Amino acid sequence: MMNNIPERRTERRFKIAHREAWIGVILALVNILWWYGFAYTMGSKVPEEYTYVFGFPAWFFWSCIVGFIVMVILVFIVVKFVLVDMSLEDEDDMGNGGHSS
Amino acid sequence: MNWDVLLPLILFLVVIFLIGVWSNRRMAKSTSFLSDYFLGGRELGGLVLAMTMVATYGSASSFLGGPGAAYTIGLGWVLLAMTQVATGYFVLLILGKKFAIVARRYKAITLIDFLRERYKSTIVVLVSALSIIVFLFAAMAAQWIGGAYLIQSLTGLTYETALFVFAIAVLIYVIIGGFRAVAFTDTLQGFVMFGGTLILLIGVVIAGGGLDQIFNDLMVENPNLITPYGNEGQLTSLYVSSFWILVGVGVVGLPQVAVRAMSYRDSKSMHRALMIGTVVVGFIMLNMHLIGVFARPVLPGIEVADQVIPLIALEVLPGWLAGLVLAAPLAAMMSTVDSLLLLVSSSIVKDVYINYMKPKATYSHVKKVSMGVTAFLGIIVFLLAINPPELLIYLNLFAFGGLEAAFIWPIVLGLYWKYSNKYGAIASMITGLVSYIIIFRFNSEYGDLFGVHAVVVPVILSLLAFIIASLLIKREVYYFPTKTI
Repeated sequence: MMNNIPERRTERRFKIAHREAWIGVILALVNILWWYGFAYTMGSKVPEEYTYVFGFPAWFFWSCIVGFIVMVILVFIVVKFVLVDMSLEDEDDMGNGGHSS
Repeated sequence: MNWDVLLPLILFLVVIFLIGVWSNRRMAKSTSFLSDYFLGGRELGGLVLAMTMVATYGSASSFLGGPGAAYTIGLGWVLLAMTQVATGYFVLLILGKKFAIVARRYKAITLIDFLRERYKSTIVVLVSALSIIVFLFAAMAAQWIGGAYLIQSLTGLTYETALFVFAIAVLIYVIIGGFRAVAFTDTLQGFVMFGGTLILLIGVVIAGGGLDQIFNDLMVENPNLITPYGNEGQLTSLYVSSFWILVGVGVVGLPQVAVRAMSYRDSKSMHRALMIGTVVVGFIMLNMHLIGVFARPVLPGIEVADQVIPLIALEVLPGWLAGLVLAAPLAAMMSTVDSLLLLVSSSIVKDVYINYMKPKATYSHVKKVSMGVTAFLGIIVFLLAINPPELLIYLNLFAFGGLEAAFIWPIVLGLYWKYSNKYGAIASMITGLVSYIIIFRFNSEYGDLFGVHAVVVPVILSLLAFIIASLLIKREVYYFPTKTI
């Protein structure tokens, strides 16, 4: 049991956590813009003039189907390249998988 | 009775029961009953974490009500439902590692533990516990009623018998298994929902004669069905967008979802859960709402929206496969019910009873009380659901929005804003709850205020109340403890 955890290390983990929370906000904003942008531009035409992609109305295909796939890809990129592995415990110095980069 | 359909359902219930028993064995070895029963000992891996969040969130209302609404309203409702993709990544990223670290330092097992330590205020604890107990109890009861109706429509049993079957199935494994059983069952149920909606979607598309034919039929019936604006043009872009708050990002404020964000083992589990959760929640939401829209040309004239999924499954799939697929809504209901049941009982046992009435309770006493309260709650819900009082239905209608308006800022700002204090939290919760109830009532009488869902304005008002009260009354910078307290 170590009680004198270095202040710096604690703060470093919080700093990373704060950055990752902002990434969540940015992802949601991208999600909303993509979803809204395709749905209410292509979708606001009269239905008789709709074009179709793979059988779906184009607005729906781009907004909901491709939009979903884009979010999945972005989340994978964020997880693989941006998020940092860290220990969530305080007791031991390293914890499991707590390597820093 | 239709045994083709029933056998897979029964098999499913048996498997769930076995998970409860296995979980109970695991728990017998554990040293901390409370943390284990209500939080699974903070050891959920990525897959289980993702699935339990998806399953808790994807309740019966989204599983039966959602496709039913899509059946009536058309693609516009699918667009609205897709706002829920955000729940897959947003909650875990926002609460994130900071919530996990702080919850460990606080030794928090429930969401209220976190709020209690952060704000050190009895009022915050009591208002939170009361909102959780009242709102989630109502939400849970509504799910039981839905579950009983589903079993009734599949088996031809009477409503009371169906309710009894449902209640027994839920109670047995929640009581003996606790959070771990719930989380693992959620995982199984997540797979059932994932596979079930996919099979049913394929079945419906084939029965409808392919996508081109289906959209052609919809176009002929009513062109509005394939626009983003709803069958009568009733969905404005502003109204649909406001669902980003109710079912997208606002979900951070739901206690049953937030508590899962402190249950994972390590950061690797969280990372995996982000990926799996986003894929699974988006896939399920897209599929099941599309099923609702596509069911329209295949099976026109369904009057009761909640029956769309059961009827279409029986129509387009062979009996045994329909049974397997219909295990999905049953799964959704059970997993929502079980996590709510556990959360309500944890609020009573941990947040009220142990905090204020019996702080020195022994291990075996706590264990008895926890299981007893869970069982007792289940029996009360059962009795209420036999002949549901109107107040219950009403409370359920605004349960989610009310909880979000109450909890979102005390959780999020409590984590990230250094000036957050108990005055802000109290002001925010009360403003959120009261304004939500007023606006909800106003909207159902006079139409939507500002053209947005009732949750939007209270979320903004409670934010303002939080910031103003925190800055005006005893402003002070808060430092998190640097080690476990």
